[in-house]
Amino acid sequence: MIDFAFLLDTLLKLLSALPTTLTLFFSSLSLGLLLSFAIVGMRVSRCPLLSYPARCYIMIFRGTPLIIQMYLIYYGLGQFPVVRDSFAWVVLRSPYGCAVVSLALCTAGYTAEIIRGGLLSIPYGQIEAGQAIGMSRLALLRRIIAPVTLRQVLPAYSTEAILMLKATALASLITVWDVTGIAQQIIQRTYRTMEVFACAAFIYLVLNYIIVRAMRWLEHRLTPHLRERPVHTPTKAKLDAGSNPKSLRSSL
Amino acid sequence: MTTIKIKALTKQVKFALIGVALLCASVSEAKEWTAVTIATEAAYPPWNMTLPGGTIGGFEPELMADLCARMKLKCTLQAQDWDGMIPSLQAGKFDLIMDAIVITPEREKVIAFSRPYAATQGVLAASDPELIARAGVAGEVVKLTGDAALDKPYIDQMRTLLKGKTIGISSGTAYTQFVETNFKDIASIREYKKSDEHVLDLQAGRIDFSFDDVTFFSSVLDMPENKSVSMVGSKIGGPIWGPGEALGFRQDTPELKAKFDEALSAALADGTVKRLTEKWFKADITP
Amino acid sequence: MDTLQMLSFGNTGWGLALLKAIGMTLLLTVVSLLVGAVFGSLVAAAKLSRQPGLRWLGDSYLVLFRGVPELLVIYLFYFGGATVVSAVGHWFGATGYIGMPPFLVGALAVGLLSGSYQAEVYRGAFMAVPRGELEAALAIGMGKFMRFKRVLIPQVMRYALPGLGNVWQMTLKDSALISVIGLVELMRASLMAAGSTRQYFAFYIIGGIGYLLLTGLSGRIFNIAEARVQRTQRRSPLQH
Repeated sequence: MIDFAFLLDTLLKLLSALPTTLTLFFSSLSLGLLLSFAIVGMRVSRCPLLSYPARCYIMIFRGTPLIIQMYLIYYGLGQFPVVRDSFAWVVLRSPYGCAVVSLALCTAGYTAEIIRGGLLSIPYGQIEAGQAIGMSRLALLRRIIAPVTLRQVLPAYSTEAILMLKATALASLITVWDVTGIAQQIIQRTYRTMEVFACAAFIYLVLNYIIVRAMRWLEHRLTPHLRERPVHTPTKAKLDAGSNPKSLRSSL
Repeated sequence: MTTIKIKALTKQVKFALIGVALLCASVSEAKEWTAVTIATEAAYPPWNMTLPGGTIGGFEPELMADLCARMKLKCTLQAQDWDGMIPSLQAGKFDLIMDAIVITPEREKVIAFSRPYAATQGVLAASDPELIARAGVAGEVVKLTGDAALDKPYIDQMRTLLKGKTIGISSGTAYTQFVETNFKDIASIREYKKSDEHVLDLQAGRIDFSFDDVTFFSSVLDMPENKSVSMVGSKIGGPIWGPGEALGFRQDTPELKAKFDEALSAALADGTVKRLTEKWFKADITP
Repeated sequence: MDTLQMLSFGNTGWGLALLKAIGMTLLLTVVSLLVGAVFGSLVAAAKLSRQPGLRWLGDSYLVLFRGVPELLVIYLFYFGGATVVSAVGHWFGATGYIGMPPFLVGALAVGLLSGSYQAEVYRGAFMAVPRGELEAALAIGMGKFMRFKRVLIPQVMRYALPGLGNVWQMTLKDSALISVIGLVELMRASLMAAGSTRQYFAFYIIGGIGYLLLTGLSGRIFNIAEARVQRTQRRSPLQH
């Protein structure tokens, strides 16, 4: 009943598009992260001239679906000769460039909000304590704000990374040959919708599983103080504490 | 010799199987049709399109209205994107599909076709004046047979023109296949979900050529936004595209297909189809 | 044809079609969010449970619905759903095709996706509740239900609200993908109008503004709600 030869063939064809999907993912995620630092810096600034544009940016890119942003950047902007004559056309000319730009712009808005959420979660007392012992602004950022924010932000950011990987599927709508694009091409030839989509889904699942695992490992490493303390086995607790003096200090 | 024999044999087996399938189907589903649901893309002018306000118009909706009146059937048109149309038909969401669907051997494996109601030609279009000058504005029609050896001279001519260029096509059409088999090795190919999207990219200069139906280009190139685009090279017609555009049915509804075949024959015979094609395409494109 | 005429409410304009489409998007999102709330809280509870079987079940749900692109989930539900429902129908003696209306398929698919986001929000909020407070409640002898009502829920709500605002926006965004299965919501209406009038830029912008209105208004509602639950807390110096 299940045509394994067809499934294997489909899987191999889809895997040939994996490099496109992965480079799309990594380039747009890292560009988006860089951009988000700038945006969040502006957003938390006390100067309204800086914070207001950042607010607008976040509102626009979080407030509209990526699919419409992508169509707007690809087909919408391409309509205007002004855009076609500008330096941006080097990037916007290719579907791949447009996909990276729209994915990065979109994720930057989301990431900025995630980082801001992390900043807000820092207990006021910790910042006060830092100021009280005479830390400079930079030291405050490096020693207190950044590490606490990083911990707080990780779960949400891992969600965002996964959303991004899934969002790369939309690039197929603007003629990029990624995994979903190839899947649709195979369906156009064979009309075997369920089998091909299931194969594609499987590939995305494996990729996301890897991301989830990596992020969870990082989260675990960074939050030793949040782990449940072993209650019933004091000897083991002592052992743990002995082998890891840092965690002992933080739990005291 | 042996291959021919085997081919003939498999053909017989196929016919036998189809016969059995028809018999089974007609026994199990001899249903009386009173209403049918028809899928159309509603975005392939002038065949079918969405008018302001959201209603569906065009050549095919008008032809369908005529056919349904002949059969006294209640017909409902529903918009469906092309890439999901054949799967949706198979899932049973629609009873038949009408979207300028060209009969091809691959499609005949999965769906059944009525008799064709139109036969059209494919053509290249370009926007860059230099390319238009090189290829020449489209005029005469070249008939291709679909036999690689016979068509080679003209295909080779096209290959020199297209070498190193980017070609845009709609995905999953008979033209997609033609472009892929003949030019994949020398040009880069981009597939679009809708035909108007490759025209848009042609103007934007993202692609050098696009390949689509003559009727489609004629209708959209009239618009002022598309004045830079024109059809180039020769219009390609002939047996390479198969018998032409037809209605698509599920393979288990032969009685519905028979009903529509009869109505189509009548509409072709009394000149209704010819009149409608002349109205919408400004040319007689009946098969 | 100028933009104003294209947006008119008469037979030649797209105004009414777009307005209807906004209503459809809103309805779809609300229903999806409710479907997601049910699945999300169930999955969060399963993931926080002490039983490995339940935890595994919760994990599988999350891996599946957070791992597969939304577009594929919607396609799989649309084509697969109809096949399954028809098969079940035939089992009970029905004949022919039993369709699932696009709205139902859409609400279910987007709802299950939304559920996978909501589960993480609820779980994160639960984890953010200081252990000490739960221990304190236990120490003064509160019962399970009392702890739930007095300590857990108010705090979880506080921590979950910003996340839920996010999920609402995400669900709204995901609802745009339902356009691929033919439901005429805001995205599809914008594409239809753009293709029909050839005014791509204008209609994508108009569609975008429609989404901005929806998310802007609902974002304001979430902000008010957040301010209400936050008012007992000290403000961080980074917030304005």
